[in-house]
Amino acid sequence: MDETDRTLDGNAVAGMLAEVFAVGATTATVRCAGCGHEDPLGVTTVYANAPGVVVRCRGCAGVLMRFAEGRDRVMVDMRGAAWLELHAAG
Amino acid sequence: MSPITRGFRRRQEEPPEGNRLPPGQYLTRDFPVLSAGPTPDIPLDEWELSVTGAVDAPRRWSWDELQALPKEQPTVDIHCVTSWSKLDTGWEGVSVDTLLDGLDVFGAYVVVRSYGGYTTNLPLEDMTDGKAWIAYGYDGAPLEPEHGGPARLLVPHLYFWKSAKWVTELEIVETDEPGFWETLGYHDYGDPWREQRYWGD
Amino acid sequence: MSSATGATERRIVGWRPATVREVIRETPSATTLILDVPAWRGHRAGQHADIRLTAEDGYRAQRSYSIASAPEDGYPSITVERLDDGEVSPYLVDDAQVGDELEIRGPVGGWFVWDTQDGGPLMLVAGGSGVVPLRSMLRHRALAGSDAQARLLLSARTSDNVIYRDELGGVDVTFTYTRAAPDGWTGYARRVDRDMLAEVAFPPAESPRVYICGPTAFVEGVAADFVALGHHTDRIRTERFGATGG
Repeated sequence: MDETDRTLDGNAVAGMLAEVFAVGATTATVRCAGCGHEDPLGVTTVYANAPGVVVRCRGCAGVLMRFAEGRDRVMVDMRGAAWLELHAAG
Repeated sequence: MSPITRGFRRRQEEPPEGNRLPPGQYLTRDFPVLSAGPTPDIPLDEWELSVTGAVDAPRRWSWDELQALPKEQPTVDIHCVTSWSKLDTGWEGVSVDTLLDGLDVFGAYVVVRSYGGYTTNLPLEDMTDGKAWIAYGYDGAPLEPEHGGPARLLVPHLYFWKSAKWVTELEIVETDEPGFWETLGYHDYGDPWREQRYWGD
Repeated sequence: MSSATGATERRIVGWRPATVREVIRETPSATTLILDVPAWRGHRAGQHADIRLTAEDGYRAQRSYSIASAPEDGYPSITVERLDDGEVSPYLVDDAQVGDELEIRGPVGGWFVWDTQDGGPLMLVAGGSGVVPLRSMLRHRALAGSDAQARLLLSARTSDNVIYRDELGGVDVTFTYTRAAPDGWTGYARRVDRDMLAEVAFPPAESPRVYICGPTAFVEGVAADFVALGHHTDRIRTERFGATGG
């Protein structure tokens, strides 16, 4: 199994995102605070092996968002995202 | 209350004799790879390890210089916060005591930095007196990149996220600075025997 | 179920109980589980759900599975392929019985979805169990009576690994076998590549909606090939199944 098989895409965190945002988020667009690259969340590169989930920019590989689930709470860090554009119409 | 799924159980090896598994851990036969990002590709002629920060003089080792230092072959149990444990894992590397030998330090904490940007933190005293190594060999062979090669930190008495893969710098600091997972709610210290997985445990 | 996409996005979040209603062994290594979920509010073709299992000692494992059923079916079903070293998939494929209780979170996903109102032509490319969400789309297309053209390119190791084989009769499907082809097979017997896509897929001039699902490396290679053939990236949607978990 090569390196790329360890990554998923933003679809993989859709369940967790739905709990956080209560609106479908995989169609949301995210802008990287590091390099300015914009992508729908659904195509971002996701490292989903615990201890946490790391969503990375396809442009610069910088961290866009991080999630950690444990003890009945979810920690969300979005400092790597300049903004997240959520589309009301999915 | 979640319903119980009839007949489902975790996959695990038979637990060992004695009390070698910390609470909430189970034995695994493989060596899971957990990563927060892509595996860095560091040519050995560019690789470097440094001890910096609140010290009298920073130190630096090239790959060849690291290889020339006295090496040890610790056999240790390792425990991942995601619940798997491996017993009697065999490593080869340089004790952190060797790296700090003769150095004057003015801080009680360490920020560990890795190629690729990962960081973690721990008290300096948890890296000394035979408790930590810079490991470049695992199970009789050079440490593979997916497991942290060329070299990783090895601090087996704490949860394995503290054993930073692709280590490149040990920065001595005066105040504790939470690292990559610690800033996302993981425990600042991480003692598996007190099950310190998350902040507040 | 409302057809307005805004309404279907606002759904119950969090874990809900799900009971296995039917177990269908699809292949020696894959099983479909039809689930009973009280107050299931429907889903869109291509969405997935998180499934959680709790053992008697409290140990929990969760995995994400594409929903195999169509919205018109009114229930969620999942098709699971057994990963030999897996912890959850062997249980779901080999042990799960009618009446077993799981938990479900979802449906989730607004990116890798297709509704008949999106139109076609629809070009679907599946690597192994990546066929599951595409089957949901094809089933939705058939049950909704859509006249959108659709083609499926399905890459499987052997013909024993082809899930839903019996359903694919009415669909324009091309198989390629990457490990062993059936005796007498005269079709493709190699990994999907650009030449194959050029022969099989709708050409860029027809502006098909392309959906690619499977292992990460497969999806990335096929998506790049579509772009190289002249398809616009806006028309290509991908979903990667990892090798993580099982």
